[in-house]
Amino acid sequence: MYIKDRLRRSMMFIPGNNPGMIRDANIYGADSIMFDLEDSVAYTEKDAARLLVYNALKTLNFGRKETVVRINDLSSGLGAADLEAVVRAGVQVVRLPKTDSAQDVIDCEREIERIEKEAGIPVGTTGMMAAIESANGVLNAASIAKASDRLIGIALGAEDYVTDLKTTRSDGIELLFARSMILNAARAAGIAALDTVYSDVNNEEGFIAEATIIKKLGFDGKSIINPRQIEPLHKVFMPSEKDLNKARAIMDAIAEANARGSGVASLKGKMIDKPVVIRAQRLLDLYEAGRRIDEVED
Amino acid sequence: MELKTNSTAGTMESSDIMIMLEPRTEGGIELELTSSVMQQFGKQIRKVILDTLQEYDVQNAKVEAVDKGALDCTVRARTVAAIYRAAQRSDYRWEV
Repeated sequence: MYIKDRLRRSMMFIPGNNPGMIRDANIYGADSIMFDLEDSVAYTEKDAARLLVYNALKTLNFGRKETVVRINDLSSGLGAADLEAVVRAGVQVVRLPKTDSAQDVIDCEREIERIEKEAGIPVGTTGMMAAIESANGVLNAASIAKASDRLIGIALGAEDYVTDLKTTRSDGIELLFARSMILNAARAAGIAALDTVYSDVNNEEGFIAEATIIKKLGFDGKSIINPRQIEPLHKVFMPSEKDLNKARAIMDAIAEANARGSGVASLKGKMIDKPVVIRAQRLLDLYEAGRRIDEVED
Repeated sequence: MELKTNSTAGTMESSDIMIMLEPRTEGGIELELTSSVMQQFGKQIRKVILDTLQEYDVQNAKVEAVDKGALDCTVRARTVAAIYRAAQRSDYRWEV
């Protein structure tokens, strides 16, 4: 069963036909493990990868990690078979690639529901996320994000997207509109916004700069392709000591005002209004969730 | 399941196992296994391969397996992939 709202700072892609990487997927500390049946698997190995991921999901213990499988899109003729395998194997979330419209989500959900019914799995057990990878998809982000109650989030797939835009990836300016659309669509639907991969694994500085930007924009996390990217990414998402102290002071002031029976709280002479409290609480929640998970991993 | 043609599944990479199947009309299963962890796990790997062949009702075949430290679930996945490829079928049995 999937969890709608959870920590997803890092979603690590694992090539679906690589038994060594599947075996080790659990040890690196990513929040979600995303087995890939799509782009990282050669066409002639799709059957073998599907069987491997199916058997791994049924047998291996991934602890408290979220399990995700990126299936092939349904129009490829491979996606339906992928769903037959991974829904029965009990994957928590199916990642649908190349989502151009709400209808793509609805079609995928219909297949998942049929399989759940046939297999005797309670309907609604399997979660979904949609990757948006085209100009059309970005423009439809708002309706895609609201197309199914199973959606835990929407993600940007930048490589296909920049090709569709007739540009290439550079400093991130080319993704500004897509990121803003996806983020707003996700928030309007109350689900997670997840950023694209940063492919140059040797450029840690560039990776941290990109992670910092997407965190500032408001994203929940990022897809990653190498375990080396986990720690710097989690560090970016970890609140600073200064921010933590400020948030704690705000929550203390609220508690104190409540104890006094006063509806109005202030800190250093400034009134604390509701959005400030929400942000402070969210920061403390993020810190606590991240601290607990990262400490367990250590 | 009736095997129609020779097939291969898996790779020679670490943690994988390569399974090569050759259909036979008689003589049962002839399994030739080489493994980097033969001493510790040879018996278990043989068992997973033979159990899987039996489960899919493959009665006669030559099986050559080259193991590089695969987990049981990998041995099973590669054996099933080789069986379906040799049988030229795609009606997989996905179970809950």
